[in-house]
Amino acid sequence: MLNDSDRIYQNLYGQQDWKLAGARARGDWDNTAAIIGRGRDALIDEMKASGMRGRGGAGFPTGMKWSFMPKQSDGRPHYLVINADESEPGTCKDRDIIRNEPHKLIEGALIASFAMGANTAFIYIRGEYYNEAQRLQFAIDEAYEAGLIGKNAAGSGWDFDVILQRGAGAYICGEESAMLESLEGKKGMPRMKPPFPAAMGLYGCPTTVNNVETIAGAPTIMRRGAAWFSGLGRPKNAGTKIFCISGHVNNPCNVEEELGISLKDLIEKHAGGVRGGWDNLQAIIPGGASSPVLNKVMADTQLMDFDSLAASKSMMGSGAIIVMDKSVDVVKAIWRLSKFFKHESCGQCTPCREGTGWMMRQMDRIVQNKASLADIHLLEQVTTQVAGHTICAFGEAASWPIQGMMRAFRPEVEARAIDYQSPAQAQAAE
Amino acid sequence: MSSTHAEPTNFAFTEANMKLVEKAIRKYPEGRQMSAVKSLLDLAQRQMGVETGSAWLPRAAMDKVAEILGVAPIRVYEVATFYTMFNLEPVGKFHLQVCTTTPCWLRGSDDIVSACKKVSGIKHFGETSADGLFTLKEVECLGACVNAPVLQVNDDYFEDMDAERTQALLEDLKAGKPLPPAGSLGGRESSAPAPGPTTLLSKPTAGE
Repeated sequence: MLNDSDRIYQNLYGQQDWKLAGARARGDWDNTAAIIGRGRDALIDEMKASGMRGRGGAGFPTGMKWSFMPKQSDGRPHYLVINADESEPGTCKDRDIIRNEPHKLIEGALIASFAMGANTAFIYIRGEYYNEAQRLQFAIDEAYEAGLIGKNAAGSGWDFDVILQRGAGAYICGEESAMLESLEGKKGMPRMKPPFPAAMGLYGCPTTVNNVETIAGAPTIMRRGAAWFSGLGRPKNAGTKIFCISGHVNNPCNVEEELGISLKDLIEKHAGGVRGGWDNLQAIIPGGASSPVLNKVMADTQLMDFDSLAASKSMMGSGAIIVMDKSVDVVKAIWRLSKFFKHESCGQCTPCREGTGWMMRQMDRIVQNKASLADIHLLEQVTTQVAGHTICAFGEAASWPIQGMMRAFRPEVEARAIDYQSPAQAQAAE
Repeated sequence: MSSTHAEPTNFAFTEANMKLVEKAIRKYPEGRQMSAVKSLLDLAQRQMGVETGSAWLPRAAMDKVAEILGVAPIRVYEVATFYTMFNLEPVGKFHLQVCTTTPCWLRGSDDIVSACKKVSGIKHFGETSADGLFTLKEVECLGACVNAPVLQVNDDYFEDMDAERTQALLEDLKAGKPLPPAGSLGGRESSAPAPGPTTLLSKPTAGE
């Protein structure tokens, strides 16, 4: 198990003071000017060497993403946008960072912004996190008053502003280009790429969008060094991660652990085990709603990191683990996700707007035992016509849960078809 | 909907809110005042709640926001209709939003829905109770999944809910009691495991 001293978030549960004084006692804002003094290239190199991969879902190497920003401004300002729109079902980790470690996020915003030549960072927080937004704004105001941000931020010579914007209820705004549209005051509809945000993002200026957990980890990485971070986890899957363990476990919780920890260990050590014991496990969604579901045999040996989950044809996503015991109708659980995606489709692309509703209705027919085998196979085929045929990755996100269900639970799903025949029945019919 | 929430023909921000409107617009670069549209709509909706007891956005309020931002009204309508947190119809004094997405459903959100219906007398999602006290809505993931099931009342999340806690909470509101502090009604500390944390047990460190 990870040593407590190697956990980035010492106040994950809010047992200590979240305000500036408490944050300083935990080491935040300790000589930030010296970190900035190392220079842009050194900070980007440190981030690259740490092996940090984006904590929002895609797992893209953070240092490399930072390096995509222009080295010299062509006159346009550079922006950092921090994605605090946490809406992927199962995920509630950024919420804990925002309410209990807000200064890690603000200090990380300064360091990352400087590394990318940005004087302004926007934090886009989901609208429902009203109390969390109040707290974050309080921490931002504290940082301004203490001279840690604003003109000559923390005595670094760098001018830096933080602007907090609340969303208003739209999952799609967690998609980076939809977020930029929303920040500009429009409907949150994703943009075509290219141009990529690093070339033309917010207000047409070079922009990088990073997740809260990615940015809030930056100060600790800069202080303790890339070697410390990359020494945790597994090769190419470095560091620690906050996991959110929900569903049928005895003690649902958030916990920061090393990447590469086994799924079973994670659940048994921290979440009190599966309700009714590990053998009562039926299914696990390992990385938020869009990550394909695992059955028990897959879950038995699963390691929790980007590459291990990709090898199981699922994904690490946001680290949100949804556990289902044997009492659950898995098809209904996945249908509920289809309903989620149908509700949240922004409606811009036809395959997604029409496809998510169609997939939800077809899933409903399977739940009601009204689908035929041909219907089930048609559903599978249609998911492949939605995925990859839309402007953003929402089409994939809506298709993967169903594809995952078919991979992990095909016999169970097919057995519910109205024209299903068991092998014995089929033989008898001949 | 009761006649007390008839569509108003005009809307004006209060002096205090007008200061907040200006502050919201000033946050953004010159010429990018449209970035403040969601803040302004939110302020208007909150003001409606204070003034009429129903936090919603009549068209007159959207028109006022468009006028302040100097844009065509359609630019504001399309934002107000895209985001689910803007109420385009009047709502009750207590806006009950039950998350029923998979993580909450697995932990019994159906029971929360039933308890809300039982106490409020509401039959279907989207309706407002006869006394104007409650509006019940089904919402998608609220992002507090390890504290599921979650019931949002106005701005506050109530976590680790069950039928009994939901019923008691709503009965109290009916009896005129104020909302309790937000958070777990199961008495647990934030997102830590209920019996107590399994980590962060040693003395906190400031790194190296």
